[in-house]
Amino acid sequence: MPDDSTGSTAAGRAAEADRRAVSDAADAATRPVHAPGEVLLEVKDLKKHFPLTQGIVLKRTVGHVRAVDGVNLRLRRGETVGLVGESGCGKSTVTKMLVALEKPTDGQILYKGDDVTKLSGRGLKQYRREVQIIFQDPYASLNPRMTVGDIVAEGWSVHADIAPKKGRLQRTQELMERVGLNPDFVNRYPHQFSGGQRQRIGIARALALQPEVIVCDEPVSALDVSVQAQVVNLLEDLQEDFGLSYLFIAHDLSVVRHISDRVAVMYLGSIVEEGTEDQVYGSPSHPYTQALLSSVPVHEPHLRGLKERIPLEGDVPSPANPPSGCRFRTRCWKAQDICAAEAPALVDRGQGHPSACHFAEARHVVPTE
Amino acid sequence: MSTASTSVPSSPARGAGAPLLEVDDLRVQFRTGSGLVNAVNGVSYTVSEGETVAILGESGSGKSVSAQAIMGILDSPPAEVTSGRIVFEGRDLLTLPEEEQRRVRGPGISMIFQDALSSLNPVYSVGFQIGEMFRAHRGTSRKEAKQHAVELMERVRIPAAKERVNDYPHQFSGGMRQRVMIAMALALDPRILIADEPTTALDVTVQAQVMDLLKDLQRDTGMGLILITHDLGVVNEVADNVAVMYAGRIVERGTVDEVFGNPAHPYTDGLMRSIPQVEVKGGRLQPIGGQPPNLAAIPSGCPFHPRCPKRRTGAEAAPGRDCVADVPPLRLVLPGREAACHYSEEVLDA
Repeated sequence: MPDDSTGSTAAGRAAEADRRAVSDAADAATRPVHAPGEVLLEVKDLKKHFPLTQGIVLKRTVGHVRAVDGVNLRLRRGETVGLVGESGCGKSTVTKMLVALEKPTDGQILYKGDDVTKLSGRGLKQYRREVQIIFQDPYASLNPRMTVGDIVAEGWSVHADIAPKKGRLQRTQELMERVGLNPDFVNRYPHQFSGGQRQRIGIARALALQPEVIVCDEPVSALDVSVQAQVVNLLEDLQEDFGLSYLFIAHDLSVVRHISDRVAVMYLGSIVEEGTEDQVYGSPSHPYTQALLSSVPVHEPHLRGLKERIPLEGDVPSPANPPSGCRFRTRCWKAQDICAAEAPALVDRGQGHPSACHFAEARHVVPTE
Repeated sequence: MSTASTSVPSSPARGAGAPLLEVDDLRVQFRTGSGLVNAVNGVSYTVSEGETVAILGESGSGKSVSAQAIMGILDSPPAEVTSGRIVFEGRDLLTLPEEEQRRVRGPGISMIFQDALSSLNPVYSVGFQIGEMFRAHRGTSRKEAKQHAVELMERVRIPAAKERVNDYPHQFSGGMRQRVMIAMALALDPRILIADEPTTALDVTVQAQVMDLLKDLQRDTGMGLILITHDLGVVNEVADNVAVMYAGRIVERGTVDEVFGNPAHPYTDGLMRSIPQVEVKGGRLQPIGGQPPNLAAIPSGCPFHPRCPKRRTGAEAAPGRDCVADVPPLRLVLPGREAACHYSEEVLDA
């Protein structure tokens, strides 16, 4: 078991100095200078339908699983957008399309104005470099037969222009130090590291290609509580130093609130509510958001009695056969005839932020001191 | 090592019944290729009727292993219960012959697990699996057992139980599978239910449903509930008392209100500070530094000392209270509160 390499004393100071060095180097490199706050990534009416087939030899399509069905998102430079939702809501499929691992059925992904779904060759290669991903499971996402150094440096074999061959070992060690790993461990294998340290390896691998955007797919859900905070803090530091933009996908609503500037709530393939962290958590106006937030257990004893639980009946409907109109109406206590007839648009209905509910009304759900 | 006080302070509001289960100085070792792993190192607690005791800890803290020892489902080898007593209904389970143990535990103590799908047999219908409890322990006929299964499925609020009794596990959602597990666990009216991370694999709205169900069932039956979890929120909302585990030891315990409201151990304090809250965005998180300990090489003295901001050693330490050299016993630090820290009083004041 390697000892604590999160860097406290001498290593910490070295990392501090190093952080500046790496960040300066990164700034001076190919990174084009953009105005702050400009929209980097925009998703327009994104859809992904997976065919349901029957038969073994002659496959017939008998239906579609509408995993993602009309998602709109916007990510600005230097911003963190949180995407929350329960399992099966389509958030992971959104991630896969964003990193071009899955082709959308319909809709656009605009990156700096270019439609990613139409990119190929050099353009796609460039996009894949600039938009990196950190995976949930630090055990499954690292090749057990590769050393940490090889894992972090692997991207450079495709994007050779980023790191000249000569200084690669040094660059790798700088990156390791930056993410709080002991650079002497460059020749170790993933199994020699703990869960939190492996997640740091994954982060270093993403950073190696000097990305603009990092898609974080449940980056801390597999980690122990005490280690989770270390990784969250690291992500925040890196964002500040490198001007990164994060799309942060998670099911832990507390972590998402902590790290995000804006939050989008997904249910059964579409976004039901969107706004700043304060708007969505402080005055949720979609019934699903309200129910979701009211289910989060609070860990402060004095807040325990102050919360009103909104129980949700039943299960999420199948995305192969979603309800007509509003997707949430089958479980909603506000549902009326119009909800079955007409799908509510994601627009501001007077509560200050967009909500996809015909009867959107802000409600205080999360207890405050 | 002295055996620490074995009584969990009982909450005045709930769960003040007589102790149903008493675990005393339990120790479990694993013999592995890389040496002896000390997973549980002297854990003691009691569970009373109608009481919910939460065992809170991170992975590798020994919380699940101690529960598996109670259930007698540890694989041995490599696991071995090296000492301790597990007293249920006045009898020490560890001294009974295996057949006798099974007769006592079968109807008396049951357990539900984190991953309901892998705990259920995929090739038998859920009704058959729930009914198995009656057939095996009570010799009930198949038909009658299925009848009982339907009743139990209704009790755990599985909709359309009559129609679904012949369905297979894969036809149920995660939350419903966990309900099937709960139905199986409750079949023989156990006095103790051990729930090992029962909601960790579930979504938050489903988690709330399942925890509500467990609380309601507990109210109806008066069973004692041992809730094993790493989720401080779940502990706060469900449990009466909590025991915080670290490196195979209980480092702090008391009522949830007191332990979470005013931690007496730096580890508990660190946990409370390191998790973000849903109520406020909050400032920077204050993580606990370092990594959880390696159980094959538990640090000397207080096992938490390498990560502890309050550790004192050498000249700074009071005699016999050197965090690096002296193991802190679990001791009374306030009425009804125990903590295994040499300097709890300072943690409490902070």
